[in-house]
Amino acid sequence: MSEAKSRSSAFIEARDRATDYLVRRHYLRWTEALPWLVAVACFFLFPNRMTFGSQVLIMIMFALSLDLILGYAGIVTLGHAAFFGIGAYTVALASLRLGWSEPISGLAAAGVIAACVGVVVGWFILRYRGLTLLMLTIAFAAMLQESGNLRSDLTGGYDGLPGLMFDPLLGTFQYDLYGHTNFWYALAALAVVFYFVRRLVYSPFGQTLTGIRENVRRMHAIGSPVHLRLVTVYAISAGIAGVAGALFTQTNAYVTLTVFDFDSSAKVMVMLILGGTGRLYGPFLGAAVYMVLEDYFSKMSPTFWQFGIGILLVLTVLFARRGLLGLAEDIGGMRWGGRAADAAPRRLVWKPEHWKALGASAFDGGVLGFLVGFAVNMGHAELMTAYVTGLPAQVAVFTLGGAAIGAGINAFYLLLTSRSAVEGQAS
Amino acid sequence: MTAALEVRSLNRSFGALHVTRDVNLTLERGARRALIGPNGAGKTTLINLITGVLKPSSGSIQLDGVDITTMSQAERARRGLARTFQINQLFRGLTVLENVCMVIAERDGHANNLWRPIGTRRVILEEALDHLDSLRLTEDALRLVRELPYGRQRLVEIAMALAQRPRVLLLDEPAAGVPSSESHLILDAVAALDPEIAVLIIEHDMDVVFRFAKAITVLVHGAVFTQGTPEEIQRDEKVREVYLGQEHHHG
Repeated sequence: MSEAKSRSSAFIEARDRATDYLVRRHYLRWTEALPWLVAVACFFLFPNRMTFGSQVLIMIMFALSLDLILGYAGIVTLGHAAFFGIGAYTVALASLRLGWSEPISGLAAAGVIAACVGVVVGWFILRYRGLTLLMLTIAFAAMLQESGNLRSDLTGGYDGLPGLMFDPLLGTFQYDLYGHTNFWYALAALAVVFYFVRRLVYSPFGQTLTGIRENVRRMHAIGSPVHLRLVTVYAISAGIAGVAGALFTQTNAYVTLTVFDFDSSAKVMVMLILGGTGRLYGPFLGAAVYMVLEDYFSKMSPTFWQFGIGILLVLTVLFARRGLLGLAEDIGGMRWGGRAADAAPRRLVWKPEHWKALGASAFDGGVLGFLVGFAVNMGHAELMTAYVTGLPAQVAVFTLGGAAIGAGINAFYLLLTSRSAVEGQAS
Repeated sequence: MTAALEVRSLNRSFGALHVTRDVNLTLERGARRALIGPNGAGKTTLINLITGVLKPSSGSIQLDGVDITTMSQAERARRGLARTFQINQLFRGLTVLENVCMVIAERDGHANNLWRPIGTRRVILEEALDHLDSLRLTEDALRLVRELPYGRQRLVEIAMALAQRPRVLLLDEPAAGVPSSESHLILDAVAALDPEIAVLIIEHDMDVVFRFAKAITVLVHGAVFTQGTPEEIQRDEKVREVYLGQEHHHG
């Protein structure tokens, strides 16, 4: 382009700026050290809570795996616990049946096996999108759980496989009562996985995932093998979820079929949305905030902690549609973590219908809660009497709780569908 | 010499609705052909059949002498068939630059790489900026597509197709929805296309058609009504009746 040289300085400047942006986009920023510094600081601040700390790290890794497919590639799944569970059982069974108790090679094996299953399953289900795909992911996780239940001689069923033994880490570090070794182990594993994910996200391959999320018709038109790309990232994500599951088994020395629970799949999605999808650090913030609040709420009220989570979700939908990181970005105009530019616009376009929908589901939830309140009071009054006494008060708590959960579920649904709603409005 | 694109007795039905009827169409290398016809004539359907969005009920399509009738969209695109869409199909949440880089990365096979950041590939970057430059989009390179006015988005649409380095380019109403103050940018871009590329353009604006096209195909009710040079079509009384005489008074 020789004519380019004769153009105005504004043009040259614009070209340089564009070049600069793309060349530096993947550079490490100093803010990216923050989550790791916080993790290390937590070790010194709360040395007695490191068992909990490793669980948080494991959930971060799990949420990170989901972010790859949900946040970047736009694959909506509510069955990701399947791969977490496969990883969890891989190391458990390897240790119990094969005597393979070396932890690090166990992690790798769990990742590989989960990824292989991801290839096969992804190959079939990723030809579908939207609700069909969502149902298939749920079905797959449920099928795995049920097969595990059928062979409870092998899996230990819902009673699980307790007392698993693993070799000392690197042959030197014994596992201590406080979970200190486990914490560093999980942190190191997370760092390795994160480095890989970060490379992937900024690679041309990672870009095409965003392209598939943004406009799959265009991807077909420019010659992208969309199905292959989706299967590849699905397998990678499955592998990472498998590693997280393996860590879960190793750090708890215990595993049950509950790792395949639908709850677990849903929870990790909530964490991710809470932190912010399609950004590298969304899983960090989301999983940490969720886990800490869950821990706090469940101590405050072992029966009603979900009430707090419900409210949290409602608040997220109302004020932080792009997750906590999106909110921080809006507030500070900051651009830390992930790529501000490729996060879909989730600024709230709040319409009166939304209030109506929330109100209606709160009402439904309230009615349900009212009925459940009565039922529970007939059968299991002892469950609650420790906290609230008297029938009216108990029913009131249930009604309010039901309303919050109802509104929360609806809010969750709105979050899931927010993108199409906003996109539809924009053009 | 084989034609760049050869469509033979192409048919497509949706149930009882026969939308494409026995269409024959040839694009020589460097062709500038316009496809016109009243609304509902099946113009966009024909583009979708050629690009592989839809599969034909019968008939064949050849690209540079190779039968592509059963190939997927992506395979056809990789063989040099590019299109623009009547309604923008862009990565709205990405910057203009990233939109074009995506195409180049995909075209040259960089997109299979999971490790090396796209920013370390200056070749992609320089080429993308050149494409933007040719359409006067450089100053918008870092803006998100969804923030651009519609006319600028139409230009990105064309930049994406050009970045594929196509041998055959199908333009589906490139100037549709663009205010007339900006449409000249798009028409200039179309006029400046590489003479080697075979171009098929769907357009309602007769001024554009007569200025751009060296040959015209008229499609009515899914079938080829007539073909000819712009002069022939302009003189054709029957074309005036079915098409120009109808409710269209564009341009």
